[in-house]
Amino acid sequence: MAQSRLQQRIKAANDAGRKALIPFLPGGYPDQERFWEEITELDKGGADVIEIGVPFSDPVADGPVVEQASLACIESGVCLEWIIQELTRHRDAIGAEIVLMGYMNPFYQYGLKRFAQDAARAGVAGIIIPDVPLEEAAAFRAELDAVGIDLIALIGLNTPRERMEQYAAVSSGFVYLVSVLGITGARDTLPDKVRGKLAEAREVFDLPLALGFGIKSPEQLDAFGDHLDAVVFGSALIQHIRGGESAASFMERWR
Amino acid sequence: MDIQKTAFEKASYFGRFGGTFVPELLIPPLTELEEAMRTIMVSKEFQSELALLLRDYVGRPSPLYRCPNLSQELGFDLFLKREDLNHTGAHKVNNTMGQALLTKYMGKPVLLAETGAGQHGVATATAAAMMGLQCLVFMGATDVKRQAHNVMRMELLGAKVIPVQSGTQTLKDATNAALRYWIAEQETTHYCLGSVVGPHPFPTLVRDLQAVIGKEIKAQSLEQTGVLPDYVVACVGGGSNAIGAFYDFIEDESVKLVGVEAAGTGEPDCYNSASINKGTPGVLHGALTLLLQTKDGQILPSHSVAPGLDYPGVGPEHAHLHDSGRATYTSVNDEQAIEAFNTLCLKEGIIPALESSHALAWVLENRDSIPAGSRVVVNLSGRGDKDLGIVEEIIAARGEVA
Repeated sequence: MAQSRLQQRIKAANDAGRKALIPFLPGGYPDQERFWEEITELDKGGADVIEIGVPFSDPVADGPVVEQASLACIESGVCLEWIIQELTRHRDAIGAEIVLMGYMNPFYQYGLKRFAQDAARAGVAGIIIPDVPLEEAAAFRAELDAVGIDLIALIGLNTPRERMEQYAAVSSGFVYLVSVLGITGARDTLPDKVRGKLAEAREVFDLPLALGFGIKSPEQLDAFGDHLDAVVFGSALIQHIRGGESAASFMERWR
Repeated sequence: MDIQKTAFEKASYFGRFGGTFVPELLIPPLTELEEAMRTIMVSKEFQSELALLLRDYVGRPSPLYRCPNLSQELGFDLFLKREDLNHTGAHKVNNTMGQALLTKYMGKPVLLAETGAGQHGVATATAAAMMGLQCLVFMGATDVKRQAHNVMRMELLGAKVIPVQSGTQTLKDATNAALRYWIAEQETTHYCLGSVVGPHPFPTLVRDLQAVIGKEIKAQSLEQTGVLPDYVVACVGGGSNAIGAFYDFIEDESVKLVGVEAAGTGEPDCYNSASINKGTPGVLHGALTLLLQTKDGQILPSHSVAPGLDYPGVGPEHAHLHDSGRATYTSVNDEQAIEAFNTLCLKEGIIPALESSHALAWVLENRDSIPAGSRVVVNLSGRGDKDLGIVEEIIAARGEVA
């Protein structure tokens, strides 16, 4: 099977001797104007893939930092339609690949087929939906497959090998390993189990492995060596921006 | 393996509603729970122990009581299924005793719950104390204030009540918080969900534990009147008391099933809790069901004078019963519910929960279209002691003397 854009992008970073960087920012954060400035800074600052959050009122997998940022975006009028329209306008100026991350309901209301087509036109390369596990993914995946958008598999420290094999049979793009048995939010240490689960995932998947949830510094990744290909960070970036700093200065320490 | 045809998936839908829309991290405990339902719950040992607990601790069967005064006034027989007489004062305890016993058999030491009106929290705290389990209850900060007595009851029973400050600070936010906690603590904790909502297998699990209500109504009705009732009426928030009352009658097509939602103040565009009547299909808390939401898919705040109905979604099986036309879902407003509350207090000497008052209000409002001589069962899902603070405020606001 031909490699997808996301696979190629992560592999290119790895070939250059580094892990691919996947920063996450909720769409429209910290405000609708500055959002695109921050995205541009993330892009210039070395992001290989940028994950744009689609705000949802009831984000069960998110911790307080992402939740509060998402709720502020909803208050300011951000919705999936806004993100797609704005992305269509800005896409050519952004070098990184774009992934949308959000909960099912806004996509469902938009219409899965319509979304797939509009997202493809806006240059979206992949989708992450935390509340759509394997059992519920088939219909959406069919729509996304038809337009060449990857539906990223999320797996956890408690995902059995047999289930990972089921994901491996249908997934594309990259694999997102959730590093903690918990919700998003920067943590000082990661569980010991992460290393073993990464090694197991490496045996099962023929896709790049990204680690996310709880990551706030590059030093946290030292223990994992070649076990992972990409890293996702969100809460730490949001906190950095909320503290008055720029996305560019956050990216400096990761390059 | 064809993942589209797993037993898990087939069992998880009611028509087009239901499913398992949860983070991957919750799939293992949900699978474990489904397995426990398939093996432990059906065992003779579990069923015998639960039956004894329901009889001797909960006080089942609850009476099916014919209201003499209102029946005479209305011209048809009005029966109340007296779930308010259960230990802890509501139907909620049927479910929590079952789930707490299951938790004990599964070897987990902690029961986790979310609560709106507080009745599910009290029932969970009760079951946990009785079975020697730890108990943790998430409750929206707004509900903590308006249900202060129930908070105290939970704490007296040894539960830790955690006020949830996020979002609308009501039941939906308590549910989000409980789901988040469960993701992290799944190895030691069972999430004792309080209604027929949430991801598979919860809507089935809670329904099966509440189905005792309808089974008893059927047996008692046949015993007392020789026939099945003509109407079974119940209030619907998430819908656990209603599905419990309806389930045994689904095949009995002569029995009209009426679910009554909360219309809030009843003014156009007011916040309400009528997700079947005013909602659209969408995904919340693990299931595809009918929801109050914006066109962009953001969940709207709900409202009802009855805290237990104050939820922007409904159990997926109700959405399906609505879809198929087997049950009728209607709504009454806060004012009508309060009126029915007063009527039952004054005419029958029974103080009903404000939730149950919605079901009774539908009967009173529709008295002229219910044929004379009908047998109408209202599921009196809980008692109204917990609501006295709310009623007191309403009376004060009207300038009446309590």
